[in-house]
Formats: sequence, C-alpha cells, structure tokens
Amino acid sequence: MPKITLIAANGEATEIDAALGRTLMELAVEIGISGIVGECGGSAMCATCHVYVESSRMDALSAMRPEENAMLDSTISERRPNSRLSCQIKVTNELDGALFYLPEHQV
Amino acid sequence: MQPSNHVPTSALDPFSTAFLENPYRDFDEIRETGPVVWLSQYGVWCSTRYAEVHEALADWTTFCSGRGVGLVDPTQVKTWRPPSIILEQDPPLHTRMRTILMGVLAPEKLRNLRQAFEAEAVRLVDKMIDQREIDGVTDVAEAFPLKVFGDALGLAAEGRKNILSYSSVAFNSFGPDNEVFRKSLENSDEIVAWTMDHCTRAALKPGSFGAGIFAAVDRGEATEAEATMLMRTFMTAGVDTTVNGLSNALLCFSRSPDQWDLLRSDVRLARQAFEEVIRLESPVQTFFRTATRNLEFGGQSIREGERIILFLGAANRDARQWPDPTRFDIRRRAAGHVGFGHGIHGCVGQMLARLEGEVMLAALSTKVRAFEPTGRPVQRLNNVLRGLASLPLRIHPV
Repeated sequence: MPKITLIAANGEATEIDAALGRTLMELAVEIGISGIVGECGGSAMCATCHVYVESSRMDALSAMRPEENAMLDSTISERRPNSRLSCQIKVTNELDGALFYLPEHQV
Repeated sequence: MQPSNHVPTSALDPFSTAFLENPYRDFDEIRETGPVVWLSQYGVWCSTRYAEVHEALADWTTFCSGRGVGLVDPTQVKTWRPPSIILEQDPPLHTRMRTILMGVLAPEKLRNLRQAFEAEAVRLVDKMIDQREIDGVTDVAEAFPLKVFGDALGLAAEGRKNILSYSSVAFNSFGPDNEVFRKSLENSDEIVAWTMDHCTRAALKPGSFGAGIFAAVDRGEATEAEATMLMRTFMTAGVDTTVNGLSNALLCFSRSPDQWDLLRSDVRLARQAFEEVIRLESPVQTFFRTATRNLEFGGQSIREGERIILFLGAANRDARQWPDPTRFDIRRRAAGHVGFGHGIHGCVGQMLARLEGEVMLAALSTKVRAFEPTGRPVQRLNNVLRGLASLPLRIHPV
C-alpha cells in the first residue's frame, strides 16, 4: 500500500497508508486531519479540500477537469500552480512517498 | 416485469400519509432487508443504505436522470409540468446548464452575500425575542429564505410565498398521483402563472442571481427559453428545501437542548451543526434514477429501464456509515452525507444553503437561551420533502 504524507500549515507531518483508488480527501477526513474539511463530501463544489502538491508529483495525478479548475479559483488560501482539490486526487502506486502540503485555511 | 421469488421485496408505500409522517421505522426495516429491495406496490427498486445510494448517485451513466427523477418518465408520460432543464437531464445538456448555475453561485459571489444575510438574521431574531411566542416555521424557517434568497435571486418583494406553494406541487409531482399531490394542486393555476412570470428577464433585478442566468444568454451560453427554465428550477429548488432545513434545525434543537447549549458555548459549531441537521432530518428524502443497462447492484439483477428510489434520508441514518445514527450530535462529522445528493447532480445550491443555515443558527445562538415547545410539531406532508408546517415555540432569551 502506498504511503503518503500530509504536512499541515504548522509543519506537523502525518504519514498515511493510502488504499489504492481512495481519494486523498476521504483518507484525510477518515483519520481526522483538521486541515482538510471537504464540506461537499467530494463533489468538487466547496473548495475546502485544497492541497499543494509536491511539484515532482504533479504529473502523476490525473488531469484536472474544468470544474476543479473553476473551484480552485475560489480557495480561501492562495491558489498556486501546484494547487489541487484533494477530493479529485485518487491514490495510485505512483504516489508512494508523495508529500502534500495543507493550506493555512480551508473555510 | 417481476423479479424472482428470491428477491428481497417489500409492500411498503413510501408515499402513504403514515409513512410521510414518520418514515424512519420503515426505513430501518428495509435497510435490514437488504441493500437493494423491490417495492412491489410501484414496481421499482429502492435502496436505504449509504454505500449503494452513494454509488448510484456517483454512477450517473448507469443510473441516469434523463428519464426522470420521479416515479414516472416525463419523456414517455405527460407530467404536471415539463421536466426540469437541469435536474431531469443527462450530459451534455445537463453539463451546459449546470456550468451556468455554478458560475452564478461561485464561492466569491456567496461571500458577498454574508453581510446581508447576517443583518436579516439579526433582525428576525430580535423580532422573535420581542414576540416571545412564535411559530418556528412561519417566523423563522420561511421568513429567512424568502427574504434573503428572494433578494439574492432578484425578485420583487411581493408574492414570494407563491414559491412555497409552487414548489410543494413540483416536489409532490415526483411521487404518485396521490392525495398529497392533489391537495397541493388546489388553487395552483394562479401560483403557476406567478412563478413563470417571475422566471423572466424583466422580473429580475440587475446584478442578481437571476440576472446572472440571463447574462449567460447574452454570452451565447443558453437561449432565453432555456434561461427561463433554469430560473424555474433555481426558484423551485432553492426555497422549500432551505425552509425545511431551518424548520428541521429548530425541531432538532428544541428536542435536544443539550446540543443547543453546546452551540451557544461555541458559535463556530454553527456550520457543522446545520450539516448534522441535513443528515439527520434531510429536507429532500427521495429521488429516483433509471437503469440504463442490465447490472448486478446491491446483490440484485437490475434490468435496463427499471427505476430505483434512492432514499437519501434513510442512507443518512445508516449505522454502517455513522455510529449511533439517530442521535443528533453537532460534534460529529456529518460531511459526506447524501442530503445534498452527490456527483454531477449534487445540489448546486448547497453552499448557499449552508450559508443560510450557518448564519441563522449563529444569530439565534447569540440571543436565544432556549426553545420551549408549546405545542405539537406538525409535519408538512410532501411526497419527497421532509419538513414542518408548524412548530409552536416559546423563546427564552439569554
């Protein structure tokens, strides 16, 4: 099972065993990571599951759909080139060892 | 087309008056019968389990909306009104319509509304405190959305209550042609006329959400006729639902004063408290889908063309997903419930609904010490909605 690390805004790192096919948002919410909210339950409608992706892993993620792109313009914390919605990130083996940085604010 | 004898079956009528008054015991029974159960009275499948309902909502190609999201297929049978241009459509038309509404309801646009919403909430709460004896439905649950959503939509002040009457027929029409439906149809001609008049460009104030829909026409993204239909959906779907959410919130809190004390002690809980209300007493209980192919689902063989009822309110009380599911607990993580649906048809107004709920609960929590029930709550019966017609309360200020 791939291992993924979430790094909170305060620097606190949490490594998770990431089941293939689950979304990063679902996994974070399940283990109670407060830095990811996911109000809409993973429908790309609330922009509260925002993460910054390790640059080297951007290409390993599935392509961004127009709805996600539109939502990312509405994040509370600054949108950066490596911003993604974690509800749209599905766990694959290529993400083993990947780091995801959580923004300071989601709501 | 009857399934074999091994198929879990129920004779339940999920649109009977008794069921609509209180569906929960029947839901529990069906949920334990199986993930997918055949409802013999209507010849449709149903699911009351979270996993199956969530999956069906996500898989829109298999479980489509374009053949109707009520009991009958509006492309085959004449319905009370033409089908919604967004709710009862599949991609690509659905996608084009939804993109317009998503733009109108973008998060930044909602943030601009917060101040006005908060001001109105404070005004209503102060009025309630003066009155002391109130009806939670007319004085809060109806008053707030009719004002703030009506304003945001761009409607003139008069006649907004017509939306409540219109919507109740519209939502009833997703069920069978029963007494509940027919009763709501009484005197509806004027209401229908008012509603359609107010879906036109001329009726909507500049800069409003309504105007935003017609701006899409000016950009070539829709025709004027399509925009009118989109407004119809927006109006229909955006009022009764939030009214029921708010009346259900007052009901939940008046029954659980300990939870009200919790919210009073930390107003930051307001948003997730509203989420828990939507989970426990889902304003929208029921939507249908139609299978577009033969498949095995929830252990049953479903055939192309068969309909399945997704009981959202039942799925939201599935103990497989939430421990102690019948407990009103504003500290639990309710996010992930299907009260707003899920997937491409997930409620496009859900962030607006959350804003209304959060703001009203926050305002109430700063000034109301307790809600004392002074009479029996009365259900507002509707084939697919769950909410109250009356909630008599005495307000105790802080």
